[in-house]
Amino acid sequence: MTARAPGSRLAGWLPFAGAALLLLVVAPLVLSDFRLNLLGKFLCFAILALGLDLVWGYTGMLSLGQGVFFGLGGYAMAMYLKLEASQGELPDFMSWSGLSALPWFWKPFAHAWFAIPMAILIPGALAGAVGYLLTRSRIRGAYFSLITQALALIFTILFIGQQPYTGGTNGITNLTTLFGFSLGDPRTQKVLYLITAVTLGVTYLLLRRVTASRFGRLLIAIRDGENRVRFCGYNPVAVKALAFAVGGALAGLAGALFVPQVGIISPAMMGVVPSIEMVVWVALGGRGTLTGAVLGALLVNLAKTYLSESFPGAWTFGLGLLFVLVVVYLPDGLVGLVRRVGLMGKSGEEGLA
Amino acid sequence: MTGGALRVENLTVEFDGFKAIDGLNFSLQEGELRFLIGPNGAGKTTLIDVISGRVRPTAGRVFFGHSDLSRLQEHEIVALGIARKFQTPSVFPHLTVWENLELALGFRERLPALLRPLGREGEERIAATLATVGLEHRAGQRAGTLSHGEKQWLEIGMLLIQEPRLLLLDEPVAGMTRRERELTGQLLHRIAPGRMILVVEHDMEFLRRFAHTVTVMHEGRILSEGTVEAVQSDPRVVEIYLGRGRQRGKGQALTAG
Repeated sequence: MTARAPGSRLAGWLPFAGAALLLLVVAPLVLSDFRLNLLGKFLCFAILALGLDLVWGYTGMLSLGQGVFFGLGGYAMAMYLKLEASQGELPDFMSWSGLSALPWFWKPFAHAWFAIPMAILIPGALAGAVGYLLTRSRIRGAYFSLITQALALIFTILFIGQQPYTGGTNGITNLTTLFGFSLGDPRTQKVLYLITAVTLGVTYLLLRRVTASRFGRLLIAIRDGENRVRFCGYNPVAVKALAFAVGGALAGLAGALFVPQVGIISPAMMGVVPSIEMVVWVALGGRGTLTGAVLGALLVNLAKTYLSESFPGAWTFGLGLLFVLVVVYLPDGLVGLVRRVGLMGKSGEEGLA
Repeated sequence: MTGGALRVENLTVEFDGFKAIDGLNFSLQEGELRFLIGPNGAGKTTLIDVISGRVRPTAGRVFFGHSDLSRLQEHEIVALGIARKFQTPSVFPHLTVWENLELALGFRERLPALLRPLGREGEERIAATLATVGLEHRAGQRAGTLSHGEKQWLEIGMLLIQEPRLLLLDEPVAGMTRRERELTGQLLHRIAPGRMILVVEHDMEFLRRFAHTVTVMHEGRILSEGTVEAVQSDPRVVEIYLGRGRQRGKGQALTAG
């Protein structure tokens, strides 16, 4: 019987309502356009972190390839924006690389109704397929992590190498408008920010429901004893593939929201290092708690922005140090620390607050 | 070997050339409570591993009704009504006692159905199972915080709630206090009617107190089968439990096991 004190249902909503107010009303009022745009970018990362938390924190699959799914979502969106910016002409990088006609697989991305769903479906399907194949062969633990890391490496190399189709190292740049609205206009950016914030809120609520359900407890059971779950009569393969697919789809969604706010997607954003950074967000915030994933993504990126401005070059070392410290001293991240200190009350259940 | 709801035919299991089970024939009738004993390395746990799908036979087959278990995956075997308890208690430590049972209960549901809360009937079945294994007062507690004996009972509860036709219990009283063993034995007799139970057990006192039919395994084969008394007076059984050339009373020999 999960302990449900009377009134805790309502109390559980208060922090969420507070966060919503802060993000939807206060932030747009007090932050400069530049800062708000930055926050919007961080909120995209928080959406990704929620998906990674489902995959790692709840289901126990440490994915070191989440950047791939983020990148695929970002590229799908960028292809649409690039075609809109090119206004019927061949995108600039293609003509520089000697292409004379738009490749066939680029053509459907001229339509938003195709490109935007694909930004979620392609990474979701890829993640589902990878998750299915790996778990079917009972590959897990460090081996699972290594293969997902290899995936990040393969995709980076692939995208850099296929310059005529992907823009190579530079990625896809010079994006100008979205549905005819200028991406340089602060009003467009404000709307994009609000869409991102609402998407994050909806994602959070959906995942909170999933993780608090019997399905969520099945995920935890798989994390803690996959073999035992088999002898309980469940096939963990389908469950893990599904969780990984959802994590990949959310990463893709994050990438799709990220691109119009930042104006570029490049292989540097989907490789091995960014993928590890994503794991650090969740580890630092506290894996296995949705709040932790969101907070981790926001705090680490905030720190990164300010520290890498003041100490360029030192950030990567700082990040590594942070990761080691969290793994050694804070296995449950900041949320775990706060709980241990007791600030969140005695019965801090997963997902509340 | 004809008849029997569970039939093991000419089973051989080899690990790197070592025959853990060597041409074993074994069967279990509907409604039977059978104890399986034998010295360490006799192949008892391996037999359970094969029946539950954890280990694949090198040769031979295992039938449950008309299903060939050696072709099925673990969860498919559970779906046939075969539930297995491990030697070391394996419950989910981060879930509460209630949630552990809830998880075990939902194994026949489709994944999307698990997003919905448990129905009233399910809650009643969990409550009833909690009462059967005597853990009502622990319902909201995390399984990781239970005592060793309580974990064993929870695990038995997780099997019972699935209403299996065949229960495989690997050393259910290992590490239990005398009183806990007594309670577990009574529990076994309470749940036995209407199903088959195969118990691997080392504890001879427990065996004498609660077993009807005993199968003795030795070096991957069946050495002896019969009532506790018959098995205890079988010179071959005395021999393997005593070792060669030592003379002691038969009863004592088995007590020492």
